[in-house]
Amino acid sequence: MAKGIRGGEAGRGWLFISPALVIIGLFLVLPILLAVWVSFSDWNGLGSPLSGNTSFVGTKNYEKLLVDPGLSQRDFGTSIRNNFYYVILVVPLQTALALFLAVQVNRRILKARGFFRTAFYFPSVTSSIAITGIFIFLFSASGAINALLGWLGINGPNWLADPRGIFHNFVELFGVHSAPTALAAGGPLGISWWEWLAGPSVAMCMLIVLAIFTTSGTFMLIFLAGLQSIGAEIDEAALMDGTGPFRKFFSITLPMLKPTLFTVITLGLIGTWQLFDQVYLTGGGAPGKTLLTPAYLSYETSFKGLNWGQGAAMAFLLFLLIVALTLLQRYILRDRHKGEKLDKEMQRQIALHASVTKGGTS
Amino acid sequence: MTKLRASALASYVMLVILALIYIYPFLLSLAGSFKTDADATNNPLSLLPQTWSFAAYERLFTQVPLPLWAMNSVIIAVIVTLGRVFLDSLAGYALSRLQFRGRNVIFAGLIAVMAVPNVVLLIPRFLMIKELGIYDSYAGMIIPLMVDAAGIFIMKQFFESIPVSIEEAARIDGAGIFRTFWTIVLPMARPALVTLFILSFQGSWNEFAHFIISRQSTDLNTLTTGVASLFSGQLGSGNQFPLKLAAAVLMTLPVAVLFFVFQRKIMSTTEGAEKG
Repeated sequence: MAKGIRGGEAGRGWLFISPALVIIGLFLVLPILLAVWVSFSDWNGLGSPLSGNTSFVGTKNYEKLLVDPGLSQRDFGTSIRNNFYYVILVVPLQTALALFLAVQVNRRILKARGFFRTAFYFPSVTSSIAITGIFIFLFSASGAINALLGWLGINGPNWLADPRGIFHNFVELFGVHSAPTALAAGGPLGISWWEWLAGPSVAMCMLIVLAIFTTSGTFMLIFLAGLQSIGAEIDEAALMDGTGPFRKFFSITLPMLKPTLFTVITLGLIGTWQLFDQVYLTGGGAPGKTLLTPAYLSYETSFKGLNWGQGAAMAFLLFLLIVALTLLQRYILRDRHKGEKLDKEMQRQIALHASVTKGGTS
Repeated sequence: MTKLRASALASYVMLVILALIYIYPFLLSLAGSFKTDADATNNPLSLLPQTWSFAAYERLFTQVPLPLWAMNSVIIAVIVTLGRVFLDSLAGYALSRLQFRGRNVIFAGLIAVMAVPNVVLLIPRFLMIKELGIYDSYAGMIIPLMVDAAGIFIMKQFFESIPVSIEEAARIDGAGIFRTFWTIVLPMARPALVTLFILSFQGSWNEFAHFIISRQSTDLNTLTTGVASLFSGQLGSGNQFPLKLAAAVLMTLPVAVLFFVFQRKIMSTTEGAEKG
């Protein structure tokens, strides 16, 4: 009786949380530790990496990716290049489109807002496999996209079979067909500057369109939450000034949406560096390795090449990159994100969408 | 006035075109799944098959083990969803209401864990699943997905938003902690539970990468890994788009139904703040 109504809480607290702790410990924390060991070892996939025949090789696996010239380094460099162009194009475009859609469907006078929201959000709920499959159909040589381009008199490419970088294609218009001597060698990670500057391949363009198509709806919902939490203030401010819609957007709405904007950009950066499912489905990096991404390459190096140490090392390099981007975002957001209420609602939104997009849809 | 109306009309036209762009791929796939192979290739933009063909669906159920894949997907999604809803709410409740030492440390740990991207976990998880001897089994496919930090976070936040007085009254009346949680708190948490249910089902139904690394036998293919194997071409000659599209349509149906049933709920994550 001495304990009162708080009696037994400590025991129950631990009991309630222990299943979650055990699963997260067993399938998240311990695996990471195990993989750290593997990334410093020469494990070949046979038996347990903890058994006697696996030995410590120091930072060899990391060196093979970062400093030693060779195929491993070139593939890793290529995957970074490919994913970089994907990120640099997808993130701004999907953010801008999501914001545009959110502003449109947030207007009170708009009829059938529900219909439009549903239409824009629906691609976000479908599985990455189904939607990638649909896009392979749409972008096939004689598919819907090329038929549409045909109406405009454009002879569409054979998208998924085309490894040419779009920047290379562009300079070809001016008669530059091969690398100028200044760019023919010497880039980082064993790839020439000319290759770094190739731009996304025509095939990658399809995945870029796909990503924008499937994630703009998710981010539209986050922007909507942001817009609605500042809605009244905006209207008041705009009414007082008598500003037009464009000025209202750029001088009032956009600055107030800054925290949401940073959130969406960060989620976008994190998601786009994890491109995996789509690469798997389109032939594991084909054409000409221009769809290879670090996430897929680490899988392939381990599961197919049985070079587990290098695969694990690659996963951690990718992890570091994503952590760095997250910390950068935390740092940028630190001072601006005030107001406890907005904070909680936005956190909830982020958790909601994080748990959806974690499955690999983005 | 007319200027206003013209601009309203223009923005409607633009939105309708945009909506069409978002919807048309799905309609095309649906139509394509009822076309013949030649028709799908020759008339890629048409929403009406020249002749309606059910061959793709027939093949999916006779020559392709789609029913088996679907069964695996259902088993996994149901267990993962129930597990997540139950375990996430237990953990969320402990973190929001029960006083015990180490609570803050655990919560901080969870937030850190939320930041670990899934693709980074593929190799680590495979290693652990192998170590535990549950590779290529339902256990290895299901258990790692049964708890998610984001879900715990959502539940914790919800429990914090409901008044503590009702639980205290129940506790004073002599109800134990678990009974209070089960009969009083959980029913009040229905909105959050529904949200978690939708997210968990959608997430586990659509999961792909984890099932690539946790199994190898074809008997354990889910819809995602099975349909992916169709695309990597074990089908013989031709592109066979109708078959692939039919598979894509079928695997999308459950999440589409769930989406339309709970549409208001999903979208209203944003309506809450819209008091006008």
